[in-house]
Amino acid sequence: MDPTLILLIAAAYLGLLFAIAYYGDERAEHGRSLVNNPYIYALSLAVYCTAWTFYGSVGYAATDGINFLPIYIGPTLIAILWWVVMRKIVRISAHERITSIADFIGARYGKSALLAGVVTVVAVLGVVPYIAVQLKAISTSFSALTVPLDAANTAYPPVFQDTAFYAALALAVFTILFGTRHLDVTERHEGLVVAIAFESVVKLVAFLAVGLFVTFGLYNGVGDLFRQGAAVAEIEALYTVDGASGAWADWVWLTGLSMLAVLFLPRQFQVTVVENVNEDHLRKAAWLFPLYLLLINIFVLPIAVAGLLHFGDATHADMFVLALPYAEGHSALALLAFIGGLSAATGMVIVAATALSTMICNDLVVPLLLRAPGLNLVERARLTGVILGIRRVAIVVVILMGYLYLRGLGDAPSLVAIGLISFAAIAQFAPAILGGIFWKRGTRAGALAGLLAGVAVWGYTLPLPLLADSGWLPASFITDGPFGIAALRPYALLGLDALNPVPHTLFWTLLVNGGLYVVVSLATHPTMMEQSQATRFVDVFHYADPHESAAPWRGTAPVGDLHALLRRFLGWRAAERALHAYRTRHELDALPETADEELVDYVETLLAGAIGAASAQAVVRSVAQAKPLHISEVMEILDEAQQVMAYSRELERKKAELEAATDELRAANQKLKEIDQLKDDFVSTVSHELRTPLTAIRAISEIMHQTPSLTPEQQQSFASTIMRETERLTRLVNQVLDLQRLDAAPNLNRAPRDLRAVVRNALNAVRPQFQQQGIALHVTVPDDPCLTSIDDDRVTQVLLNLLSNAAKYSAETDARVTVQATRDADTVSVAVSDNGPGIAGDQQDAIFEKFRQARNRVGPQAGSGLGLAIARQIVRQHDGSLTVRSTPGQGATFTMRLPRYVPASAAASVSTTSAS
Amino acid sequence: MPHVLIVEDEPSIVTPLRFLMEQEGCSVQVVDDGAHVMDALDQQLPDLVLLDVMLPSRNGYDLCNAIRQRPDGNDLAIIMLTVKGREVDIQKGYAMGADAYITKPFAVADVVATARKYLPDA
Repeated sequence: MDPTLILLIAAAYLGLLFAIAYYGDERAEHGRSLVNNPYIYALSLAVYCTAWTFYGSVGYAATDGINFLPIYIGPTLIAILWWVVMRKIVRISAHERITSIADFIGARYGKSALLAGVVTVVAVLGVVPYIAVQLKAISTSFSALTVPLDAANTAYPPVFQDTAFYAALALAVFTILFGTRHLDVTERHEGLVVAIAFESVVKLVAFLAVGLFVTFGLYNGVGDLFRQGAAVAEIEALYTVDGASGAWADWVWLTGLSMLAVLFLPRQFQVTVVENVNEDHLRKAAWLFPLYLLLINIFVLPIAVAGLLHFGDATHADMFVLALPYAEGHSALALLAFIGGLSAATGMVIVAATALSTMICNDLVVPLLLRAPGLNLVERARLTGVILGIRRVAIVVVILMGYLYLRGLGDAPSLVAIGLISFAAIAQFAPAILGGIFWKRGTRAGALAGLLAGVAVWGYTLPLPLLADSGWLPASFITDGPFGIAALRPYALLGLDALNPVPHTLFWTLLVNGGLYVVVSLATHPTMMEQSQATRFVDVFHYADPHESAAPWRGTAPVGDLHALLRRFLGWRAAERALHAYRTRHELDALPETADEELVDYVETLLAGAIGAASAQAVVRSVAQAKPLHISEVMEILDEAQQVMAYSRELERKKAELEAATDELRAANQKLKEIDQLKDDFVSTVSHELRTPLTAIRAISEIMHQTPSLTPEQQQSFASTIMRETERLTRLVNQVLDLQRLDAAPNLNRAPRDLRAVVRNALNAVRPQFQQQGIALHVTVPDDPCLTSIDDDRVTQVLLNLLSNAAKYSAETDARVTVQATRDADTVSVAVSDNGPGIAGDQQDAIFEKFRQARNRVGPQAGSGLGLAIARQIVRQHDGSLTVRSTPGQGATFTMRLPRYVPASAAASVSTTSAS
Repeated sequence: MPHVLIVEDEPSIVTPLRFLMEQEGCSVQVVDDGAHVMDALDQQLPDLVLLDVMLPSRNGYDLCNAIRQRPDGNDLAIIMLTVKGREVDIQKGYAMGADAYITKPFAVADVVATARKYLPDA
């Protein structure tokens, strides 16, 4: 075929792509976005299918049969997890204005520029060979149409005659035009995405066309094709998974690997996360994208089988898609296949270069420039141009690196092999990202350690042996290990030779990477910034507004400076728009002179969208640093904290007081209730005690009045009863008054007395009554005087009460009352004991209360119930005590203790004696 | 001759009650402790019981109820004589089975008139 025609068609295709992208951008400018629908979104995700898919799957299938499938099963399986993992990543990225996967990881771990830089380098290392593959596919497919198959690929033409070189240049231009039109990458590249979606349609249509032609044009359907293939032993082997050689293990590993790749490949991150318009699109894409993968893989095996049947061997299997229709004389179809392959390759290169250039600029170059002494980047008037310039250069460099890689190393491995090596490098981001969004404890040190170690093992076990394959290293490096150390053989590290190279690498890298991530994270303490970012990431669904979760770094800055920063990094228009939006949201007429923390945070996030989180932080602090947390502010915060503490202590104290007061009130209330009850009892008892003699007096006097016929004896008896009951009434009334008086104000007539004399007088008063009742009386008094200062009459009253009680309650037979006076150093006392029924323990206090006669103390003449209450009252007013001790069944002993009286002269003589 | 049981622990009240009942031509027995009331009933079932409430050992309400529980408990009349004069006390007395309830201090005429209502004609 005429190379000029092919070049023209290719140029026309790129021109169409350009037009579509331009149209997409125009629509976006006018607010009628094409991208805001899930189908375009799902098609843009199909950038996953590169030339590697378009050509490489058939090549792989021709040699390894259905083993190519895991690469597509992985993304299908991960679609199930998308809602959990991807939605969270998308939400976080929208909140934090994340610009790339390097930015994402750096931002998560305390806005670490170092970590973001390392991720960028790894991504470049991983993706550049992948770009090389695309360029190779373009040039190979071009040759396949222009040169006989067997003549192609033998040697590279000089650079300036190499189609791959021109393809690279064309792609660089295209990427620059649509990948770096705007500065803020979070503003999305709508035209670019529309173009990518279009490319996804083209490559699918082309591949299906070739597949249909081969299956139904060359053969009579799939059955016919496979039957013919089955006749050849080597081809039949392709239909099954070879279990004996551990192929199933490969399946599992490769499926896992491609799951990670579809999540974390920079270009996938670009289309899935950065270019995402609406979180809900993920939902539909979760089944549309796997459907796309299914369609584009349906004819892989048929084409491979047909190619093998047609060409006899798998030497040019990577070009079967193109070569089959061409060889069969269908040039137009071959041309369509060429365009399909071109679209697959260009789509990948454009998106990958856009993503990588953003990373290189934001996470590698700008941080370095910001730190470069003397450059003073922040002071430059217009930085948008500088940054766009950096990105454009980065795009050219990345694509040219891909080309150089192709020229240097591109011969050895097949397309699929290079693709898998890329995947394995990208898989190294998995622990830091997955840990980062679900585990707050993951630290920067852990992420860095895991990533570096994983990449080191990856480099040693995959790319390094390639150097040996290409002759840059001796072959013995692979077979015997470096310096003949078998344990270090790159394909069988530590003797692990049961796995193929890629699963082998994956096993070791994920073990080392994930292990170090966890162990080092647990061994290190996150900084404040890391903790804050960890919370913002892991708890992203808890915050409606990202600025709600305040950063630990408190800073204010002059609004003028922030304004200038925004103008420098975003351009004048974008800066005005952003600040206007802020004013509207906060309903401010004008911005204050000094920005508070929220505005500073807002500006930093805006800048993060342009230059990445780490650089944005550095830039903002360069103006806000002028206003660090002054010592006075620290003191203010401390004061505040102290005041709060003092206040809470005060509250605590008040609460305790209130509780105490409540307790007191409760106790007082209880006491009042008891007193009230006591009063009721008192009144009812007094009325009862009054009614009993009244009843007798009334009844008897009525009888005497109505019955003139009474005998003189009867009259005598009735009269004496009336007199006795009248006395009883008098006594009762006197006691009530007595008690009343004692309660109100004691009026004691105290003088020193010998208690022995008082006891003697009381005994003399009751002795006739005791003799009359036949009660034995035993009295013991000390020989020495028992002086005490008392009101003689009152204490006598107490003794009489005790004696009459003792008489009343003593045993019915052999009644005995014992009176014993004693004295010791401080007190004199009298104990009165009876031998009656005694008082139960629970009654011993109650009997001293008014009208509380012990229930079991009943006798022929129950008292008023006031005697003991009065007695105790009197004794207490003498600073003494009246107590009872009793064992039920063995009588009771009432003891009155009074302070001993020491004459002043005696006390004086004692002190004189001790002084001399 | 009708028989009357006086349950009362105050001797000065027993004196007029005994006099009044004997004047009515009854034989009188006195018990001054709640614990001994049932024994007295077993000894000789009275026609009328004059029952105090506040008694040693066992109160009058309790006794009244217990008397009514006896097989022969309804063959006699019970007049409660007490200082407990509140409405609830009176209600309680009737609920326990008293035929009449007289509060102290009482008029002699009341006691005699009420007793006559329940005493068989001598």
